Amino acid sequence: MREFRYRRPADVDEAVALLGEDPEAAYLAGGTNLVDLMKLGVQRPDLLVDVTRLPLDAVEPLPDGGLRVGATVRNSDLAAHPVVRRDYPVLARALLAAASGQVRNMATTAGNLLQRTRCYYFQDTGKACNKREPGSGCAARHGQNRDLAILDWSEQCVATHPSDLAVALAALDAVVEVAEPDGTRDVPFVKLHRSPGEHPERETTLRRGALITAVRLPPLPAARRSTYLKVRDRASFAFAVGSVAAVLDLDGDVVRDVRLAYGAVAHRPWRAYQAEAALRGRQFTPELAGQAADAELAVARPLTHNGFKVPLIRAVTVRALTELAESRA
Amino acid sequence: MSAGAVGRAHPRLEGREKVTGTARYAVEYPLDDVTYAWAVPAAAVRGRITRIDPDPALAVPGVLTVLHHGNAPRLAAGVEAELHLLQDPVVHYRGQLVALVVAESIEAAREGARHVLIEYDTEPHSTVLTADHPGLYRPEKVNPGYPTDTTEGNFDAAFEAAEVRVDVTYRTPAYHNNPMEPHATTAQWRDGQLLLHDSNQGSTAVQAALAELFEIPRESVRVISEHVGGGFGSKGYPKAAVVLAALAARQVGRPVRLALTRQQLFGPIGYRTPTIQRVRLGSDADGRIAAICHDAISQTSTLTEFAEQTAVYTRSMYAAPHRRTTHRLVRLDVPTPFWMRAPGECPGAYALESAMDELAAACGIDPIELRIRNEPTVDPDQGHPFSSRNLVACLTEGARRFGWADRDLRPGTRRDGRWLIGTGVAGSSYPARARASAATATAFPDGGYLVRINATDIGTGARTALWLVAADALGVPPERVDIRIGDSDLPPAGVAGGSMGTASWSWAVVRACQELRDRLGHHSGTLPPEGTTVAASTADEVRAQQPMARYAYGAQFAEVRVDVDTGEVRVNRMLGVFAAGRVVNPTTARSQLIGGMTMGISMALHEEGLLDERYGDWVNHDLATYHITGCADVEQIEAYWVDEEDPDLNPAGVKGLGEIGIVGTAAAIANAVRHATGVRVRDLPIRLDKLIGTSSFT
Ligand SMILES: Cc1cc2nc3c(=O)[nH]c(=O)nc-3n(C[C@H](O)[C@H](O)[C@H](O)COP(=O)(O)OP(=O)(O)OC[C@H]3O[C@@H](n4cnc5c(N)ncnc54)[C@H](O)[C@@H]3O)c2cc1C
Repeated sequence: MREFRYRRPADVDEAVALLGEDPEAAYLAGGTNLVDLMKLGVQRPDLLVDVTRLPLDAVEPLPDGGLRVGATVRNSDLAAHPVVRRDYPVLARALLAAASGQVRNMATTAGNLLQRTRCYYFQDTGKACNKREPGSGCAARHGQNRDLAILDWSEQCVATHPSDLAVALAALDAVVEVAEPDGTRDVPFVKLHRSPGEHPERETTLRRGALITAVRLPPLPAARRSTYLKVRDRASFAFAVGSVAAVLDLDGDVVRDVRLAYGAVAHRPWRAYQAEAALRGRQFTPELAGQAADAELAVARPLTHNGFKVPLIRAVTVRALTELAESRA
Repeated sequence: MSAGAVGRAHPRLEGREKVTGTARYAVEYPLDDVTYAWAVPAAAVRGRITRIDPDPALAVPGVLTVLHHGNAPRLAAGVEAELHLLQDPVVHYRGQLVALVVAESIEAAREGARHVLIEYDTEPHSTVLTADHPGLYRPEKVNPGYPTDTTEGNFDAAFEAAEVRVDVTYRTPAYHNNPMEPHATTAQWRDGQLLLHDSNQGSTAVQAALAELFEIPRESVRVISEHVGGGFGSKGYPKAAVVLAALAARQVGRPVRLALTRQQLFGPIGYRTPTIQRVRLGSDADGRIAAICHDAISQTSTLTEFAEQTAVYTRSMYAAPHRRTTHRLVRLDVPTPFWMRAPGECPGAYALESAMDELAAACGIDPIELRIRNEPTVDPDQGHPFSSRNLVACLTEGARRFGWADRDLRPGTRRDGRWLIGTGVAGSSYPARARASAATATAFPDGGYLVRINATDIGTGARTALWLVAADALGVPPERVDIRIGDSDLPPAGVAGGSMGTASWSWAVVRACQELRDRLGHHSGTLPPEGTTVAASTADEVRAQQPMARYAYGAQFAEVRVDVDTGEVRVNRMLGVFAAGRVVNPTTARSQLIGGMTMGISMALHEEGLLDERYGDWVNHDLATYHITGCADVEQIEAYWVDEEDPDLNPAGVKGLGEIGIVGTAAAIANAVRHATGVRVRDLPIRLDKLIGTSSFT
């Protein structure tokens, strides 16, 4: 493991400044992903800037009815927060479906969103990976890719984003608050992660050294009827094979509003706009839900070992929406 | 033996130390001047190292030395190719440990290991087992010494003539032993004497191998293995870590600690070979089997031959006049496969017990009834009588407890909301053998006793079991007995493996204790201050055992649910009933049995080494990506045993139960999945993507 220095800044400005001074520095939050990758030699920062003591650990209801979640709020605390459980069940469920109790106690909101892909080849420095080492190739493209992307991948990278929380946030139209050396800005959550394209090593639209300070959830009364369904290879402590976050707002039988996002299908949490468009304003039936999923998945391009994800995501979309529709009765 | 301690539940003697973290494992002994080693795996699959440049590693602050084939101390050749480490530049498989960095801190060693520059000349490699591999050959024998092929009667003709025929091929992937404690050693040389704190399943064997490798007398090697955090077979023979640590300690002249990483456990320590198994069963319409054939293919390495005895299970399990078993092997450019909990029986039973279920379905009869109809009266393989055979008792008792009666045979017909529900059963057996061991027993003037034997407690509760056995053999309360194990200075004993530990060790313990009692019976007056000691060895008795078919038996039952949309398989409940001779300590016996069944669930549903042929290794080599069954996957699990008194075993009357739990479990799960869904998945693990593609799922 590379020897590194450790700093614990007193405030956001100092944290951002520390990263600005050192191109090889990294923020350290719960460390549940970064430290693992350091041990594997995948990430080799020379300075860790610990953000967990910054005053970013509050969950605050906002005057507009939304919710502001500090960047260092632990996943367990967020999942247990009464407002989250009442107003955004999709979020609580996504969090609780992730990792294990021990990991969730350490993991933070921002760290979760910026965790790296679980692609085998990314995590092994002995194998080709454009994300880890630009230009080295993508071993996963024709390798063990059962768990990888079916949408929006490129020849350079077929990795998926592993976070469950991020799928829920994509569905909820969250906004990310960011501090950068020249000030703060808001980034719509769906714009935070990038497609792999030619540069899979660039995973987000954040500038180097940007610190996520909070995630804002806009008010969305319909989200009280929301759910997160995660398919996995064992009952707990497994990343998603595929997942669906869904919010459904019905006016009688008619879909007034719907939010759908898919996990474990692409390089970024996948907001299913096509499916939403196919549902909105129409009378809800399970068949319609299936057609909506088909509309979204029409552009899917499965890899060698993951063709099953297309019918899987379709089936889970139908189930999630149907359950929500029935729960309104 | 007076009735007493044996058979009553007792917590582990060292339980408190373990749960409070004070029990010391191999690299946890405090030591002055200790150094740390980090192993460097080969990045080539097959070839030679042409150049090693240690300088960048040596430049890392704290790094003391880099050992490799060019500078490592020499080892004696001919002991075991696997252990002939850092002696030549040949690379046999990717991940082979080809260099070792020694440093003042573990962090520096790890960083140094990244910077050892190694160049290779590589050759084309072959790492994937296939049924038509050009390198298939017939090994001379299979582990641990069984004949490679057997034949009885005329299988081909009988199979051809059978009314009902099942001809199916099953596949199992590479499974990786993942004990909680990795292979780990602290090595120290003092005046030509080698002291090792090592994690293994039998330190007598480690002592012998290290003495040979370093060409020193056995007495010059001491191996202490007080607590061992599991092994599952992978520590049944000395492996790389202990040899590398001893080499390094010799080189740097200071104590060295080496623990393999989790990633390094996927290969260099052995694993369960992938198998391809064709099973053919021919019966009459009532399911009476006339012909059984089991052809097994597995892999070995170019270093050492390890031939998994996959089809041996089929030789003795069910009756049939016409039978054949074969084993074929391929030498691939892979690490050498090795023992993993019930080598042979475990993958073999998955195939045979699944095929029995397929035969039951083909005949339209209950799978328990099918097994009862094919119950042999003598061992079909050797013709020997069974010392005891209680398979049917396990099946019927299990059926009663599980609620098997009135089970609807039709598959795919039970629903509970979104779940398809199914149940399955499998038989299981595991040989009840014993190895020669020695023990001493000492009586002290204060009324206390000391029993010494180099047994190994790999977490099973062996120490406690032997303590209970000793107390009964001495006819005193256990509190008056001290038991000492886990040190090669103690009387030599075999490894904790092959479900032979308790049988072998208790035998020697009982003999030593009995002889001590006899001695004391003839003794008058007070004992000398150092006590009176007798030594016993079971070598002659074990050798003189009458040939007989000695097996433990079991029946595993599973109820699964399968999500009709996603194909996710979950296990509602698992129940096993076993016949394993006398149960010494119900607490730890139950742990072994439910542990074995849990590992069987893991084998059926979760574990799989995913090989990437281009790189020649398994890409999922940590516990985040190589899934093992977790607590949430085991919703309800029960283990029971039938009373069994078998006088033809050993003085303690035990058969061993470390492995029987896993043997039939994967088949029980696979059979239940088939009952739930109508889909027979014949290549493990049964993952959701193998189900949702099929016609039973939309
Ligand atoms: C075995 C295992 C299983 C898991 N299973 C799941 C699962 O099923 N689903 C799931 O969603 N997750 C899962 N996880 C991942 C886990 O959720 C993440 O590791 C965790 O959320 C990361 O959060 P952290 O605070 O520990 O981040 P860290 O590891 O500290 O940091 C992660 C990254 O975020 C950056 N970072 C952290 N905070 C900030 C900030 N405020 N601003 C800018 N950058 C920042 C760091 O520099 C680093 O690059 C699993 C993890 C493990 C180890």
